[in-house]
Amino acid sequence: MTGDGTNGGSVSEEKEKERGRAMRQPEGRQAGAQGPWLFGVRHHGPGSARSVRAALDAVQPGAVLIEGPPEADELAHLAADMDMRPPVALLAHATDDPGRSAFWPFAEFSPEWVALRWALDRGVPVHFIDLPATHTLALRAGDEAEGDDTDGTDGTGGDKAEEAGNEEQPPRPHPGALRVDPLAVLADAAGYDDPERWWEDVVEHRGGTGAGAEDDAGEAALASFRALGEAMGALREEFGDGGHTRDLVREAHMRVRLKAARKEHGDSVAVICGAWHVPALALRTTLTADRALLKGLPKVKTGLTWVPWTHRRLARAGGYGAGIASPGWYGHLFSAPDRPVERWLTKVAGLLREEGRQVSSAHVIEAVRLAGALATLRGRPLAGLTETTDAIRSVLCEGSDVPLALIEDRLTVGDVLGEVPAAAPAVPLQRDLERLQRSLRFKPEAADREIDLDLRKENDAARSRLLHRLSLLRVDWGTPAAARSGTGTFRESWRLSWQPELAVRVAEAGVWGTTVASAATAKARSDATSATHLADITALAELCLRAELSEALPDVMRALADRAALDTDVGHLAQALPALVRSVRYGDVRGTDTAALAEVAAGLAERVFVGLPPACTGLDADGARELRRQIEAVHTAVGLLADTAAAQVDGAGLRQRWRAVLRNIADRESAPGLVRGRAVRLLLDEGTLDEDAVARRMGLALSPGTPPPDAAAWIEGFLGGAAGGGMLLVHDERLRQLLDTWLASVPATAFTDVLPLLRRTFSAYESGVRRTLGELVRRGGRAAGSPAPGTEALPGTPADGFGPGLDPERADAVTEVLRHLLGDLVAVGAGDGGPG
Amino acid sequence: MSVSVESGKDVGDVAGAAAEQDGQRGTGEMGNSNKQQAESAPQEALRPHAETAFAGELAALAAQDDRPRPARWNLSPWAVATYLLGGTLPDGTVITPKYVGPRRIVEVAVTTLATDRALLLLGVPGTAKTWVSEHLAAAVSGDSTLLVQGTAGTPEEAIRYGWNYAQLLAHGPSRDALVPSPVMRAMADGMTARVEELTRIPADVQDTLITILSEKTLPIPELGAEVQAVPGFNLIATANDRDRGVNELSSALRRRFNTVVLPLPESVQAEVDIVSRRVEQLGRSLDLPRLPDGTEEILRVVTVFRELRGGVTDDGRTKVKSPSGTLSTAEAISVVTNGLALAAHFGDGVLRPTDVAAGILGAVVRDPAADRVVWQEYLETVVRERDGWKDFYRACREVSA
Repeated sequence: MTGDGTNGGSVSEEKEKERGRAMRQPEGRQAGAQGPWLFGVRHHGPGSARSVRAALDAVQPGAVLIEGPPEADELAHLAADMDMRPPVALLAHATDDPGRSAFWPFAEFSPEWVALRWALDRGVPVHFIDLPATHTLALRAGDEAEGDDTDGTDGTGGDKAEEAGNEEQPPRPHPGALRVDPLAVLADAAGYDDPERWWEDVVEHRGGTGAGAEDDAGEAALASFRALGEAMGALREEFGDGGHTRDLVREAHMRVRLKAARKEHGDSVAVICGAWHVPALALRTTLTADRALLKGLPKVKTGLTWVPWTHRRLARAGGYGAGIASPGWYGHLFSAPDRPVERWLTKVAGLLREEGRQVSSAHVIEAVRLAGALATLRGRPLAGLTETTDAIRSVLCEGSDVPLALIEDRLTVGDVLGEVPAAAPAVPLQRDLERLQRSLRFKPEAADREIDLDLRKENDAARSRLLHRLSLLRVDWGTPAAARSGTGTFRESWRLSWQPELAVRVAEAGVWGTTVASAATAKARSDATSATHLADITALAELCLRAELSEALPDVMRALADRAALDTDVGHLAQALPALVRSVRYGDVRGTDTAALAEVAAGLAERVFVGLPPACTGLDADGARELRRQIEAVHTAVGLLADTAAAQVDGAGLRQRWRAVLRNIADRESAPGLVRGRAVRLLLDEGTLDEDAVARRMGLALSPGTPPPDAAAWIEGFLGGAAGGGMLLVHDERLRQLLDTWLASVPATAFTDVLPLLRRTFSAYESGVRRTLGELVRRGGRAAGSPAPGTEALPGTPADGFGPGLDPERADAVTEVLRHLLGDLVAVGAGDGGPG
Repeated sequence: MSVSVESGKDVGDVAGAAAEQDGQRGTGEMGNSNKQQAESAPQEALRPHAETAFAGELAALAAQDDRPRPARWNLSPWAVATYLLGGTLPDGTVITPKYVGPRRIVEVAVTTLATDRALLLLGVPGTAKTWVSEHLAAAVSGDSTLLVQGTAGTPEEAIRYGWNYAQLLAHGPSRDALVPSPVMRAMADGMTARVEELTRIPADVQDTLITILSEKTLPIPELGAEVQAVPGFNLIATANDRDRGVNELSSALRRRFNTVVLPLPESVQAEVDIVSRRVEQLGRSLDLPRLPDGTEEILRVVTVFRELRGGVTDDGRTKVKSPSGTLSTAEAISVVTNGLALAAHFGDGVLRPTDVAAGILGAVVRDPAADRVVWQEYLETVVRERDGWKDFYRACREVSA
């Protein structure tokens, strides 16, 4: 490996050797015999971890120094706690601003963790030597002002990210111009296009041969660390700090701490740090020069604690800069005593069997053979994850990527969740919550009590927001209760009760973030991607609006749009639409940006339009009733949506298409009568169908050719059934006239057949309504020769059951009141009589 | 027994997409008599075999290949992979790429052949399955002609052995009266046999392969003998698992194969290129007048097919439902060709949205109930809003109504 590294560098061989010697013999002593030992590692590299263990066993240092925030020295002992289970992370946060934080994650296979446990198990003192978090966090605040990266993974994380290698970066950047990726340069020199694979082949896959004597393993590990240090030395020689100016400060601090440690423990000190830093730590500098570099660094008050971590968050996909693609695989490499490929494939086979796929031992054997042969073809020393995955796809999954995705999710990344002992200091989320509770004067009490919040008041709105956010985090301090008084949307009722176990929930939720807002946002995002039902996501969207998590909303909307696109049940879509449209309106009220929401709602409406007509066929009575409800809900929702001012919605077009859909349903022979009747009625109310057209359809629906139950259902759908339908008929003269005209036109012979159908509908009406209807009919407001059906009753013509003409004086008195109630915009008397 | 087996498939296309279009039409009639006729003509073949066409490259590879070769292989596995994927040899010989696609696929395929597992190439029509299998056989064994053409009428004799009845009657059963199948000959000589369209072969005939693949022996009970495979024997099968009317492979048979799924072209541009090229070739053979510019419509057809097939729009922002049809590149080619014919004979000579709309509808809506909703939804939610697609939307609305 040394050869690869040196050949790659353009530095002369001579110079490099000299450098290497200087580096591994910082004080001119024989390397290996006496410290300090510098172990350059790759963070979260199982091979490095093995080597570190072997090397520590071999040299038995008097003290162990680890790259990490020095504030964590007091927390180090917790790592040995029985209840501490990796993956865990050291979390530093600014005490007065928990949102500013940094994580140092450790997995079981992280070299730092191995070193930490090694030292604790043997009672060897451990110190963290990186730049203190108090400076890191303060410096980062400055970076953020300059628009630098803001994800919570910087600190050591940032440095780890650089060392873990980034494939996008050009392998040989202009010195000083770009942030150098040391591994990519080394890998390129060795003829690898992927730095991860190079590291795996050269370092990670080296250990684990294990059969030799312990001393040999230790010696080999020491040799590999030396070689790696030399290679890094060559790189640093060429690229200097590689653009990481912050590193110089950090390395100065590490040197200062190293010197201090040597004063205390002698030379028998082992340092575990990123390989990139090894040459810098070996450098001979004066204490004064280092101190000068560290002078005047900004400070911020910080708190540190251990938090549980997950493999998923270690994965690069989870947004962690120094993340690794396959924590599960690395964990396996580290824990498997031997034959890692065979064991891995057996694990995979076990998973596939659990999922109901037939996988025989012969399959596993063949997969192992294929993986091995592939590795040979590709010239790798041992089958890696790529080869194993190819073999699994080809042999166990029959070429399909679907089961492979499951393996990727469950094994390669894995579900492992860390644990932290109760003795660990409180997480910042807890602090943030306490701070919020104080500022909102909102004390947690165990006793059950109910409160009403008036969202127009700022304090109450903030409380409501907090409760909604907590409920997203499953910290159910408050549960929504039915409002006791008033139905206004500005009022919310909550039942509050703080149970002791909620503190545990808060601690668990600490994984999601350091403040209530950021944690709730992260949780909402994660919920959105894992939700399976459309209704769940719409509910989540509503909750996000109520909790004012506008940052999570785009992700939720995206999930919603995806789910809606794939949902084949138009019923689900129709159910989701009203809630979504409500959210659009609600967002309008709160002033949040609902553009995305409106767009999704419009898309959802289109899908409903397309899917609704075919869904109307082959329904039983219950299904028809359900569909009728849905059509009504969609009708209302479309009306609301078309009214919103959002630019994403083409209101007129939307209405027009919905009418086309209704017309399609109304004329669909295979649709149930109830639904068709309702569609005709909605169209009549909208003015799309004139009365002639309605009369014709009524005649069709109630003609002798139609089976009686269907005809009755049609009438029920058209008139509105038992609930309120009768009242409507009393007051809507036009409707009554329509019915009357049709009834009059029924031939005498057919009348007896139709009668039972009408009776069926009318008998469901309340007796008072029936009586009024009867009286109206008896009065026969329409004399012979009255206007034919289809002509509007002229103003001044008395409506049935009412006096002739308007009494202008009395009417004027009413208009004033109406204007107050409805506002100036509403023309008095323009009601359309329909429910929409 | 015929040696030269003309597959009847036009596979001379790089990346091979759409190659099988004609093949499927012809598979049924491809009987032995046809083959014999083809063989009797000694002139230059319309389409030479891979080992003939690329003899120079193969020889250059063999000459410079210093890596270990499995028994009876002409090249090392590494050289076979290079032959398929292309590259430049140390002496400067340029090897043309035969397969444009993920490297991983070729590596797995070659490695599989080096083990004693058989290789199954799966994929929808037009993904270069046949092309890859031919070149693999040519590179590994130097002979791509040991081929069984799978059809619904493929008999057991095509996989095991048949009898020369004149011999049989005259001299009784003997090795001389036996007509070996390509598979049998491959076993005896340690060569690579090929089975095309494995899933079209009736299930009971498929089963013949199980013993051959696991026991590597083919008993001949009539003679009380057997043929045992010698090292170097392996089998490449191609199959199409998404078509209707195919015979599912039994799990016993599947277990004896390593499966490699050949993907559809990765980018829109690659697919458009394949479609345009093939459409031009087909157009020439059908004597369609050359059209000035149909690239826009081709891009449109390819985009629609890709989006519906992939279940997500090209910008990756909207998901769409996928219809039941395969919507392969081969179908896109036939839609465009059909549109061209319409434009040439009934239109103004320019390929327009109306010319392809009906074809697309026919390709997408295979199942009248479910697919129609899928198509309509796609039209309303994706096509309607797209810039510059107004004409296409209108044309589709017209034909869908």
